Amino acid sequence: MAVATPDPERGAAVLDAAPVAPSAAAEERISVASNWTLVWWRFRKHRLALGSMAVLAALYAVVVCPEFFATHDPEATDARLAFIPVQRIHLLDGWRVRPWVPGVTGKRNPTTLRMEWQVDPARKVPVGVLVPGPPYRLLGVIPARVHLVGAAAGADRERVHLLGTDRLGRDQWSRLMHGTQTSMTIGLVAVTLSVVLGIVLGGVSGYFGGMPDQVIQRLIELLQSLPTIPIWLALTAALPRDWSPARVFFAITVILALVGWTTLAREVRGRFLALREEDFVIAAELAGCSRRRVILRHMVPTFLSHIIATSTLAIPAMIINETSLSFLGLGLRPPAISWGVLLQEAQNLQTVALAPWLLVPGLVVIVSVLAFNLVGDGLRDAADPYSH
Amino acid sequence: MPPTRTAIDPGTPGGGPAPARSMTEAGPPLLSVRDLRVAFFMDEGVVRAVDGVSFDVASGEVVGIVGESGCGKTVTTRAILQLVEPPGRIVSGQILLRRGATADGNGPGAPVLDLAALPPRGPAMRAIRGAEIALIPQEPMAAFSPVHTVGDQIMEAILLHWRQWRPDGPPLRRRDARQITVELFRDVGIAMPEQRVDAYSWQLSGGLRQRAMIAMALSCKPRLLIADEPTTAIDVTTQAQVLNLLRDLRRRHRTAIIFITHDLGVIAQIADRVLVMYLGRVMEQGRVDDIFHAPKHPYTRALLRSIPMRHAGRRDPLPVIAGSIPHPFNRPTGCPFHPRCPDVRRGVCERRVPRLDPVGPAQWASCFLYGDGEATA
Amino acid sequence: MTGAPAVAAAVAGPGAAAGPLLEVRRLRKLFPIQKGFRRRVVGHVRAVDDVSFDIQAGETLALVGESGCGKTTTARCILRAITPSSGEMLFRTREGRVVDLAPLSRKALAPLRPQIQMIFQDPFGSLNPRMTVFDNVGEPLLVNGVRDRRVRMERVAELLRVVGLRPEYLHRFPHAFSGGQRQRIGIARALATEPRLVVADEPVSALDVSVQAQVLNLLLELQQRLHLTYLFVAHDLTVVRHISDRVAVMYVGQLVELAPTSAIFERPRHPYTAALMRAVPVPDPRIRSGDVALPGEIASPASPPPGCYFHPRCPHAIAACRTDPPALRAIAPGHYARCHRADELALETVAVEADVEDRPGPSPPDAAGVR
Repeated sequence: MAVATPDPERGAAVLDAAPVAPSAAAEERISVASNWTLVWWRFRKHRLALGSMAVLAALYAVVVCPEFFATHDPEATDARLAFIPVQRIHLLDGWRVRPWVPGVTGKRNPTTLRMEWQVDPARKVPVGVLVPGPPYRLLGVIPARVHLVGAAAGADRERVHLLGTDRLGRDQWSRLMHGTQTSMTIGLVAVTLSVVLGIVLGGVSGYFGGMPDQVIQRLIELLQSLPTIPIWLALTAALPRDWSPARVFFAITVILALVGWTTLAREVRGRFLALREEDFVIAAELAGCSRRRVILRHMVPTFLSHIIATSTLAIPAMIINETSLSFLGLGLRPPAISWGVLLQEAQNLQTVALAPWLLVPGLVVIVSVLAFNLVGDGLRDAADPYSH
Repeated sequence: MPPTRTAIDPGTPGGGPAPARSMTEAGPPLLSVRDLRVAFFMDEGVVRAVDGVSFDVASGEVVGIVGESGCGKTVTTRAILQLVEPPGRIVSGQILLRRGATADGNGPGAPVLDLAALPPRGPAMRAIRGAEIALIPQEPMAAFSPVHTVGDQIMEAILLHWRQWRPDGPPLRRRDARQITVELFRDVGIAMPEQRVDAYSWQLSGGLRQRAMIAMALSCKPRLLIADEPTTAIDVTTQAQVLNLLRDLRRRHRTAIIFITHDLGVIAQIADRVLVMYLGRVMEQGRVDDIFHAPKHPYTRALLRSIPMRHAGRRDPLPVIAGSIPHPFNRPTGCPFHPRCPDVRRGVCERRVPRLDPVGPAQWASCFLYGDGEATA
Repeated sequence: MTGAPAVAAAVAGPGAAAGPLLEVRRLRKLFPIQKGFRRRVVGHVRAVDDVSFDIQAGETLALVGESGCGKTTTARCILRAITPSSGEMLFRTREGRVVDLAPLSRKALAPLRPQIQMIFQDPFGSLNPRMTVFDNVGEPLLVNGVRDRRVRMERVAELLRVVGLRPEYLHRFPHAFSGGQRQRIGIARALATEPRLVVADEPVSALDVSVQAQVLNLLLELQQRLHLTYLFVAHDLTVVRHISDRVAVMYVGQLVELAPTSAIFERPRHPYTAALMRAVPVPDPRIRSGDVALPGEIASPASPPPGCYFHPRCPHAIAACRTDPPALRAIAPGHYARCHRADELALETVAVEADVEDRPGPSPPDAAGVR
């Protein structure tokens, strides 16, 4: 291989004559990997984050169709069925794989005249997977009857309450499924709204500078200096009492978003200010790109992975906010179901002493918040090029 | 593994009979690097950043290390200071430092310490760093803390290593440390040193900052100065000032300097001996005059040909080195330069790694054109 | 100071009869310095201070100087990446009209942008890392009307071939390439719209020595093939000497000397230019350079000295230099310098032959071959 001198016929000598590359295939794979692919490859290495992502996937599966996962109608009340304890699923019957739950027997207490239920391990109620149950509409459209878990055929007269019942006889497991749908959705929607607001306002602030920047920054400072809890209380108290749960749901989401966009906007503004000076952005402007194209095609994708990572970390805060509001009776109220509403039942010490399984929604809150935090951390590490 | 030695015996870098080597009047070398290997263990693979590098530095001598990206020159000096961060570490080799109280090299009786064997964060290494071996980093702005004055930062180093000034006495007083700092500033040519001592790094211009950085490096009277591309980030007139300063300091204090750069012009002006590195190995080593006027290794020759030198015909295409520097994970087998070498010998160069062998009275090259010696793996 | 049109006409290089491609007249860019609670403007940073020159079609003009000299700001003004404070930049378009770029609005500039493009210094920041090579190089084509993807693909493949890269690389992302390769991609992008003027802002200073040579060869070859005109901003004087036809030396926002390359390097007429030449380290240990280093620091563009900006550091300064700012005037045909004493000074640039015995440190080899 002689020293390459430019060949006038072939143009600048193709100086990329193959180097010694034993793993050409791997090199090709890496070189055509887009940024998101690279982020995913880095993310995969965090076992904990990957596991948490699986947990979140399971939770969002419930969000899509809670009725499928539920066993009963979450709003069906029956005073006689109050405080049925947890009927734990056992997978093995002797040596066979035949899932069952212990049956429950009720006895009327002669003094209080209330039904008291005990778990009877001697009676084994077989449960099946994908069994028919109370009808519902899949995604609100398709009528269906199949549920993930329920009493096996032939044993429909038996009671199967995987997480017991509350003081009104409502099946807690089913209520938990529906509550998951509400709480997880509020978290996601609120954060999405915040992100959109944050990117738009932060972007305007950072890209244009000058007066728009000043106005938006002062607005942010104003909003951040207001104490959050009184603001929520005021805003939710201002909601009319006669609104349907759905409207209240929507309103709470919007309220949470309106308070949460400021931090993100500041970050986005900082990014825009830095990106404005980047060479490739200047190159795009010199090429003749419109302002819109520069922002949407060049600037936003550059920090989007970081924004998504920080937003994922904001979702648990939203979930806790909603849970707290509803727990205090200021957010969603029955008959709406959310984790906070479910926890309202657990406010009474006596109730908790009698029926500790009513605290399980709290556990689910913890698990989901943990999972979001771990996924967010993992994403942030994977998306941050400087952590390597 | 090279045979163990008790006293520093120059020997050949690759192991073998000792040829005539450069020595100052004061005796055997101050620093002796023997077959150093540093590797980075990453998820994607192992990068052999330094792959069997040996050289000596005599007291008062300027050794220039020149090379392109990925050649390992910076990692070598970080290894000397035991500043290699995980996932990298020194895999094998020795870094022998001759201890002594004064800047002159001592006779063969002076104790010798293998820096590579010391724990990186231990007290022995910390005593050496800054006091016996000091670093002038590339970016003076990044090397100074913005929240302390430059004087405070230099005094901190002086107070830490006060035994350099009062080996048997009480600890240094802050007043004395300040006086020493002012003198240092005067020594490096900073005008109005009493005022400048209280300045913050961002208040100083680029040239002044670099001088302050040199003052900090010299503060504890090191015998060896490692300058890592100290002139890359500054203007050419400031660069000339800094090079003059280093020459002057070397003459007055007899400090040895390891000078890393990619600029061949700077090397020609400051170095006494030159190491040419490529992909972690030393391609050629020798006196600066020999390297520039009688280069032996094909890489050195190609490198010298490709710089637009003053006498080159203007606008003629420059001779280039074919190909490009391989990715560190795709290290070529055999001689690392063989895929791009104009004088490659098929069948030989891609199979075996050449040893650094003598090609002149004080010049070594690692190339099969000049010998058959093979480096130990 | 002489009137602007006279100066501008005077600093024309060879081939002036055809009309220069770009005429810069009395360009100024001032950045306000704001202090205090009310952000009062207390002064200005004179980044570009009355700069005039022109560039003929097909030539390479180098703009050199040290930090704070204003060469990058001047280049950005010409590209209209920033807006000049005053002055004119007369550009001869492909259609033959002469347009002043300085006062144009964004919309009016849009049709002219394809004719002036830029090559950036940092190969790692100049390409969008989230877009493929095809997207990066093809974007100027897309926003300038080439909507057909297939046509763009062909053109991008052609451009990659021209800069010495394999066309199949257009599906790859920038992170897969080395610095030199990325710089080639940047060059391909700059050429996409067939510009008349290419502003190269230190295009090789971030590259390894061996890669620098490759890219310089490429730039020279492209200039011949595609009839490009380069405005080459650089601080590395050896590169400048190799590639440029004329050199403009800047100091603290002003043009201090403008001349053909050989004249600048062999017979500079301004003391600063001579000092610059002397300071460049020569890659030959037998020639000592940089011995006589300039004292002091580069003047600040926010508060330049009175009179000639260079006088505090100039070894040849006289009383007039402290009070009268010199004008850029012709010393010889095509050679301009901003110095009162330019006619009379005989400035040295050739460095002294270093005596081998002179070098401090290890002694030369003695008879025994042992040093």
